[in-house]
Amino acid sequence: MSLDLRIPMGMMFTLVGMILTAFGLSTRGSAIYAASLGINANFWWGLVLLVFGVTMLLLGRRGQKRLASLPPEPVEGEVRRGH
Amino acid sequence: MLNLTAVDWLIMLLYFVFVLGIGFALKRSMKTSKDFFQAGRALPAWICGLAFISANLGAQEVIGMGASGAKYGLETAHFYGIGAIPAMIFVGIFMMPFYYGSKARSVPEFLRMRFDEKTRALNACSFAVMTVFSSGISMYAMARLIQALHVFDGLFYALGWPQQGIFTFSIVLSAIIVLAYIFLGGLTSAIYNEVLQFFLIIAGFLPLVLLGLKNIGGWAGLKASVPVAYMHEWHGVAHASTNPMGIEIIGLGMGLGFVLGSGYWCTDFLVIQTAMASKNMESARRVPLIAAVPKIFFPFLVILPGLLAIGLPTPHTTTVERNINGMIVRDTNVVPQNVEEGRGLVPAKMNPVTGKPMFMANGQPLLDYDMATPNMLLHFFPTGILGLGLTALLASFMSGMAGNVTAFNTVFTYDLYQSYIHKSGSDKHYMAVGRWATVGGILLSIATAYAAINFNNIMDTLQLVFSFVNAPLFATFLLGMFWKRATGHGAFAGLIAGTCAAMLHHGLTLPIEANPGIHGGWMTVVHHYPSDMAQNFWGAIFAFGANFIVTVVVSLATKARPESELVGLVHSLTPKPPRAHDVWWKSPEALAVAVLLMAIGLNIFFY
Repeated sequence: MSLDLRIPMGMMFTLVGMILTAFGLSTRGSAIYAASLGINANFWWGLVLLVFGVTMLLLGRRGQKRLASLPPEPVEGEVRRGH
Repeated sequence: MLNLTAVDWLIMLLYFVFVLGIGFALKRSMKTSKDFFQAGRALPAWICGLAFISANLGAQEVIGMGASGAKYGLETAHFYGIGAIPAMIFVGIFMMPFYYGSKARSVPEFLRMRFDEKTRALNACSFAVMTVFSSGISMYAMARLIQALHVFDGLFYALGWPQQGIFTFSIVLSAIIVLAYIFLGGLTSAIYNEVLQFFLIIAGFLPLVLLGLKNIGGWAGLKASVPVAYMHEWHGVAHASTNPMGIEIIGLGMGLGFVLGSGYWCTDFLVIQTAMASKNMESARRVPLIAAVPKIFFPFLVILPGLLAIGLPTPHTTTVERNINGMIVRDTNVVPQNVEEGRGLVPAKMNPVTGKPMFMANGQPLLDYDMATPNMLLHFFPTGILGLGLTALLASFMSGMAGNVTAFNTVFTYDLYQSYIHKSGSDKHYMAVGRWATVGGILLSIATAYAAINFNNIMDTLQLVFSFVNAPLFATFLLGMFWKRATGHGAFAGLIAGTCAAMLHHGLTLPIEANPGIHGGWMTVVHHYPSDMAQNFWGAIFAFGANFIVTVVVSLATKARPESELVGLVHSLTPKPPRAHDVWWKSPEALAVAVLLMAIGLNIFFY
């Protein structure tokens, strides 16, 4: 397949991670963290997801480059015009 | 109770955007029907492996395992240990060469190649109905959960829409999204989204487990809060009365491990289709083994929330009296009755007519175990990460639907349409049929979801019927792949015999606390089981046995196919696949041994 899954997946987790980290920062010390035992769950978990997302993106980019450098595969059933 | 803010909605929206985006991005790769139905048979092993277990990680696993954990404790882990892992190892090492090597485009097609047309027809028809039905159940369960958690209540209120519309909204929303991304990207889209869902579940549930364990005082704290039997997988399995599930070791081993586990993991096209999408035979064999690794560790993620929910202290209505400068102030925190009558975070089931909690035969309140995991999410997660948790739940429902719909459109197009309606159409024609089958499948699922509201008993009945059909399946494949003498007549007769045996067993036995009817004993009660799980497992054993015996007997009585036709379909007539790797530890066999050792180790640890 032409699309390496790690790229959109990495993008999504990076974005979610960024949103959670930013939100966590902006709600530092708020009462909402009473439920999560006083821990700023948004901030810390947001960071974890950010790291994961970026890792996936990098792995995906590398995989995509490798795919692009392979010779094109023959496609069955496709009508080749002009040959 | 539930306060969703913009951040939560943003995360949910982001997920839907990416899910659809992946579908759109894959559209231009969908050039042939092989691309659409079989993902071009070009996917890497790790993606197929994660999709393999993710296809199974629908609502049933995430909510259901949490519910089982709350009800039975760690013994639920047996579902993974005994049921799934050996079955996954078996299908990867021994059955994949035939599934993949035969180049069958679906499991029923494999049955036609190995046996005959009528066996294929039987399997295709029953599978198509069951899989569309399962998709509808996922849709229904998701809409119900959204209602119960009041996810869209705030949104509807703000928009001025009636609250009754939430159910329809949930169903239509999930239907449109799943329809869109499968219509565009076919099986590849479904697989990619299943992998995405896998990581989302970890992202949503790992923090939950960590917070829950911290709250209850770590592992030791959990042990102290729940009944002793809950924390041990194997204690008391020698006899039915000494373990929470009421099953003894033979029933457990044979029923759960062998028949039910294998019946699903080795024959259900829902999961097999992800392995058949691999790029080569080595990959295909490794897929179930790769899937087995997270499968070993997943119990912690989905069962523990249930255990924690039961172990946490039950909220009670409390009044705190304070004296402020001579003025007496009483702060009352009112807890609803269903929560107070429950246990831990698991509420009691309320009778909708009387508004009072429902009780079991022994006077204890009947608990709504399905709410264990969702209540854990609501209890521990502040807004923000709560949106992530809810998205993970929604994702598991939706990818459950998607897997069923792709299995349906493949079986419909190849095994029903192409075989019986239009044998020689162009490739483009079958792709179009597949896309329309997707639409049809989704519409049928919606119909099922609505039927479920009105006919709850029919739902249970139909699910029961499907379990009768599934129970004997594994015997047919086992004999087909490893005994060259098995014939089509034998297989067909065996399948029918197995299903009848399952039905008979159900009609003649009854779990101890139940009344005859949907729980069994509708013919006459010959035997009582300590629990309905035990009845389930023994039924599976009887079905398997009946199928096995009848298939063998009828096969021996009918003409065998010439061996030349069975090359590549039966173990003894297939040349061993060549060793593609010179690195021994990358081979499927080595991976299988590693998985097995890990699983045994875990079972010893939780003895």
